[in-house]
Amino acid sequence: MCQAGATLLISGPVMTNPLHDLLSQRDWLLADGATGTNLFNMGLESGDPPEFWNETKPDNIRALYRGAVEAGSDLFLTNTFGANASRLKLHNAGHRARELSRIGAEIAREIADAAGRTVIVAGSVGPTGEIMEPVGALSHADAVEMFHEQVEGLKEGGADVAWVETISAPEEFRAAAEAFARADMPWCGTMSFDTAGRTMMGVTSSAMVELVESLPNPPLTFGANCGTGASDLLRTVLGFAATGTERAIIAKGNAGIPKYVDGHIHYDGTPELMARYAVLARNAGAKIIGGCCGTMPVHLRAMREALETTPKGDAPTLEQIVAEIGPFSSDSDGTGDQSGAPKRERRGRRRA
Amino acid sequence: MADEEDDIILSELNDEELVEQMFDDLYDGLKDEIEEGVQILLERGWQPYDILTKALVGGMTIVGNDFRDGILFVPEVLLAANAMKGGMAILKPLLAETGAPRVGKMVIGTVKGDIHDIGKNLVSMMMEGAGFEVVDLGINNPVESYLEALEAEEPDILGMSALLTTTMPYMKVVIDTMVEKGIRDDYIVLVGGAPLNEEFGKAIGADAYCRDAAVAVETAKTFVGRKHNQLAAG
Repeated sequence: MCQAGATLLISGPVMTNPLHDLLSQRDWLLADGATGTNLFNMGLESGDPPEFWNETKPDNIRALYRGAVEAGSDLFLTNTFGANASRLKLHNAGHRARELSRIGAEIAREIADAAGRTVIVAGSVGPTGEIMEPVGALSHADAVEMFHEQVEGLKEGGADVAWVETISAPEEFRAAAEAFARADMPWCGTMSFDTAGRTMMGVTSSAMVELVESLPNPPLTFGANCGTGASDLLRTVLGFAATGTERAIIAKGNAGIPKYVDGHIHYDGTPELMARYAVLARNAGAKIIGGCCGTMPVHLRAMREALETTPKGDAPTLEQIVAEIGPFSSDSDGTGDQSGAPKRERRGRRRA
Repeated sequence: MADEEDDIILSELNDEELVEQMFDDLYDGLKDEIEEGVQILLERGWQPYDILTKALVGGMTIVGNDFRDGILFVPEVLLAANAMKGGMAILKPLLAETGAPRVGKMVIGTVKGDIHDIGKNLVSMMMEGAGFEVVDLGINNPVESYLEALEAEEPDILGMSALLTTTMPYMKVVIDTMVEKGIRDDYIVLVGGAPLNEEFGKAIGADAYCRDAAVAVETAKTFVGRKHNQLAAG
């Protein structure tokens, strides 16, 4: 156990990483948009694992990646969100996590290298879908093992960084970080704040900053993705920035909210809305700005243009966010003095 | 066993105090204490159904409300539900023996392709916490497993959960199949999951979308009540 602890102490910051370099040269970077939404439009059936397409329909995955690169993304995520043993076992492919991760990253490397400019390949690592100890059954060691298997595949395939996303539990975020340390892989990480401004497991934006800074191998950048809409996500970014963190912040919000139209899921956020969101995200303090569910290349183009043509302004107020993007899903984001109502007081212990 | 809890002796509390204490213990997810409380009430001659509805359901309602209001989050609710389960394990056989009234029955499962069962488990636990009988089909359910379970279990409610935008449309596949077979209206269909919303629920033909486990319980109660009234009237 002592040796395991020792391997965590990687030697100093990673200075040669392409994302690190790009972050030091640029004021903002455009990330990519949705994976699932785009693949559905290419005929992915509901219930089928998108990761199988890395092998069976690589041209569709090339088209997915190219869509983001041609729309101006400086960084895009690999189609490996669910390529971990826990998720793939559902499709009797639990043993293929490393392989499918590697192939997803290889195709990404090919598209990024053909872009004619620096484009970062971020190896997507999604949650295991299980609840970790002590509340659930998944042990820290098993979670680390699962993430490690996946990140080794991503690394082999040529990913520049690992990118863990849509995480709710701090335990799972820590397990992913440890796996990345084990693979000696620089990384980025985002959590999904979808429950009254917190993650499903109750993590606030400020608590995430503390979590990130408490890690022996902190991420290059951190932030929020998905959740309940672009307005909430911007509020979360303001929460990160309010801690005074010096670490670059990621904002990857959904293009509005999902609606069911003619047998398809359609997100109601327009390219114009996402362009306003991108500008506000940068003003709020985000440095890597992208979309999540529902964000198509047409949105990314609008976001890129807005970021290029609009000078950075002051951080927006909550009122400005509501006025420009729409209302929040909850009154408070759980941070600050009014952090929720006090928990129920136990009646005083009665004497025996 | 009694470790640091030596300042409260559950068996020395009167009934009213004990029930209040059990609310606190459920809130704090103390399984051993809940089991002990249930045993004490049984020894005092309480009917299993009264213990369920007054002590356990009462306590879980507080947990559910604070979860709905963003005061408690998933980890706390899971612990509370786990404590509740401890008490239920004692009561379940007794409830069956005593022929206690049934609140309602639900078949629930996560749809095909989706392995997320956190939300579904929460709903499952909170429904049990509200006195419903729950048959949990687990994850990754194709339409066939839902249909088989509906036939075998004859529930009042079908609950479906999806956490991925890639799997939520499958709920419509299930509902469409039910319509085809002419059995859609025999059941109350409730759907839930992070990417869903009310409009989506309506669009795919569900009776209601439930934002969280607490809302699921409220909605289930309302619909089952309505259904019973209709039966009584018809």
